[in-house]
Parts: sequence; structure tokens; C-alpha cells
Amino acid sequence: MPETIDTRGLSCPEPVILVKRAIDRDRFPIEVTADSQTAKENVTRMAIHSGCSVTCETQGDTFLLRIDRGV
Amino acid sequence: MKDFLSSSTGIVTAGGIIGAVAAYLVYLGNPPNMGVCVACFTRDTAGAIGLHRAGAVQYIRPELIGFVFGSLVSALAFREFRPRGGSVPLIRFVLGFFAMVGALVFLGCPWRALARLAGGDLNAVVGIAGLAAGIAVGVWFLKTGYSLGRSAPSRTAVGLVMPAFMLFLFLLVALEVKFTSDGPVFFSSAGPGSMHAPLFLSLGAGLLVGVLAQRTRFCTMGALRDVILIKDFHLLSGVIAFVVAAFAVNFLIGKVNVGFAQQPIAHSNHLWNFLGMGLSGLCFALAGGCPGRQFFMSGEGDADATVFIFGMLMGAAFAHNLDFAAAPDKFDRAAQLLVTGGPSAWGQSAVLIGLVITLAIGFSMRERIR
Repeated sequence: MPETIDTRGLSCPEPVILVKRAIDRDRFPIEVTADSQTAKENVTRMAIHSGCSVTCETQGDTFLLRIDRGV
Repeated sequence: MKDFLSSSTGIVTAGGIIGAVAAYLVYLGNPPNMGVCVACFTRDTAGAIGLHRAGAVQYIRPELIGFVFGSLVSALAFREFRPRGGSVPLIRFVLGFFAMVGALVFLGCPWRALARLAGGDLNAVVGIAGLAAGIAVGVWFLKTGYSLGRSAPSRTAVGLVMPAFMLFLFLLVALEVKFTSDGPVFFSSAGPGSMHAPLFLSLGAGLLVGVLAQRTRFCTMGALRDVILIKDFHLLSGVIAFVVAAFAVNFLIGKVNVGFAQQPIAHSNHLWNFLGMGLSGLCFALAGGCPGRQFFMSGEGDADATVFIFGMLMGAAFAHNLDFAAAPDKFDRAAQLLVTGGPSAWGQSAVLIGLVITLAIGFSMRERIR
């Protein structure tokens, strides 16, 4: 079961904190729903810095990020 | 442009341009080391519409109007205009209020702390240390479950409240409206409020900063927070570029004066510089953005950021009406003595009460971590 995190409507930097917590607990793959470009950019940057791989799918105004262990 | 401005080169370029613009605005007429100060400019605006009667600090600052419209235009162009709100607005109002009280005890927001540093004012180092301490406390709350909860998407009208208010302010300043013969709109004839760049240059500078900051998410509080929280130096690189560029422009126009004493519109009371900015830093961290970022987010349609700004306006009104705002250092020519400024007992009490209240907000607005 992938860990799912809904960050929609949360203020900066809460999306990053929630995803970082899941990465630190090794709960891969992590699926993140974001509703702002800012949250998408911040989460992606943090995940890549943490050595993970990130793919992003855009559905209307919502971003679906899938974070995996780095290769 | 979309990818460039969100890159590390982009944030450094944008930070550099914003810093250079801030320093150049002093050359064009803005008060010393105050090319852009979001807190001071909000305070001047509060005074201009009569919310406080400190005659030296009353002017509707077009830079702030530019911030909101620059951000709005950029958000619309890049499909990032998202009307939203409802994440405990009242608490955000209180945080805005005390952020302003702290800033007016230090005599500047984080933006001015950077501008003061770039002008050689070493009191800014004490302020920035206080800011970092306040943000560190905020980060501890965030790590232990602090959250103001989710905002919800809303109608377009919600996102247009702040632009409409800014348009109203623009008409007041452009037409120099006088509602009654001895009433507002007030424009200072002496002091910092009387010093300003030409209207359309201020507005243009604000628009440029608004667009750049909306695209890059430039945030002076976020810069320190991200370093403390996740050792991410992305935003900090923009802030460093701001200081370097502002210093370079200050150097070229002969506005660098290194030291603690007799700095323009500043005091050298270290304890209260530290505590004032500490209170502000905590408030900004708990509200998710520095005062500049709150203006940019309000331009993107964020009603919670708008409420924070109205809290700042009210904080400015209280700070000057109730003597919370600090006095700058003064040189007494008759006695040949430097009189150190700082906050009155009222201002000191306001900062301490503000710290108690914001700490209480931090402790009480936490959710259990799963």
C-alpha cells in the first residue's frame, strides 16, 4: 500500500514537513496530492535533495506526485 | 521563463534584482535604508488613511500596490490565481498584528533588516539573529504538529478583495484625495513619510518586484526557515543575492556607513532589536510567510494572507497610537551626547505580551502527529 498524503489547502511549509516525515519513515512509494505550484515545487525539491525520484502528473488544477526511493 | 525563475539561478537573479531595486529606490527618494520595507510601508499607509496620527510616517506607499498587482498579473498569466481562504483567519489577523508590533520595535521588517545590513547598519545583525531565533521556535512548533488547518477554494470575488482595496488606495494617492479639510488622506510634510520616490517609479518598482517574487516564491522568513527545517538553501540564496546587490548599489551611490551608532531610522538597543524581530519572526513562521510574501500571496487570491495584512494595518495603528513603536537613536547637539533610542515601557510590554500570545497560539494549534 502506498502512503498517500493530501496537502491540498495546507500552508507552506506543511506539505514539505508531511512528505519529509514519510520519507524519513521509509514509507515508499509516497503519493502526494497538491493544489499549488508552490507546494509541488517545494515537495519535489526536498524529495530530490533527499535522494528520491519524483514523477508528476497534472490533473486540472491538481498535481499528483509519486515519490520513490532513488535509484 | 517559467522554469528559469523557479531554478536556483532564477532565485539568485530575482533576489539580486529585488535588492538592487530596493537600494535604488532610496536614491530616487525613499527614506534611508528603507527602499523597500513592507512593515514600514504598511505603517505609513495606515497613517495616511488616519488609522494612526504619527505625523512623520503617513504616506500611501505605491510599492505595496505594485506588489499586489504584480503578483496578480503574474498569477493570472501563469494560471496560478487561486481564490482561497478559511484557514483560521482570526489567528492570522492576530499574528499579523503582533508581527507588526515586533517590527516597529525593531524599526523594520525582515526586508528592511536586509536593506539596513546592506547599508552597513550593524544593528540589523542583531535583528536578523532575533529573526532567526523566532523562526527557529516557529520551526519547532511546525515539527511538533503546528497547523492552522486547510484553506478551501473559493470564488473569484474573494481573491479580488485585496486588489480592489489596493486600487482604492492607488486612487487616493494618485488624486491626493482630501476627505475633510483637516482630515485624511494625510501625507507627511517632514520625516520618513515625506521621503518617497516619484509615484509611478515606486509603483513600477513594486510591480516588477511583485512579478519576480510571485514567480520565485521569494520569502525572507522562508529562507531562514528552510535552512533550519530541511537544510535547503534555495530561498536563502535569493536573500543573499538581495543583500549583495543592495550593498553594491548602496556603495555606488555612497550610502554605505558601517557601524551601530547613529544609523538612519534605527536604534542600537540590542535587547529590543533582538526581541522585536524575534516576535516578528515567530509570527511570520506561524503564518507561513514574511510580510512581503503575504502581499504576494494575497495577489494570488489568498484571503488568509489578506487577513494577515489587515492585522498588520491594525498592529501599526495600535503601535503608533499607544506608543509601542521604538524611537530611533538621536544625537543631542547641546549635550554632545548620543541618546540611545528603543521602545518605551509600553512597547516593551507589548512585545512581551505578544510573545506570550504567539507562544500560546503555537502550543494550542497543534495536531497529533500520526
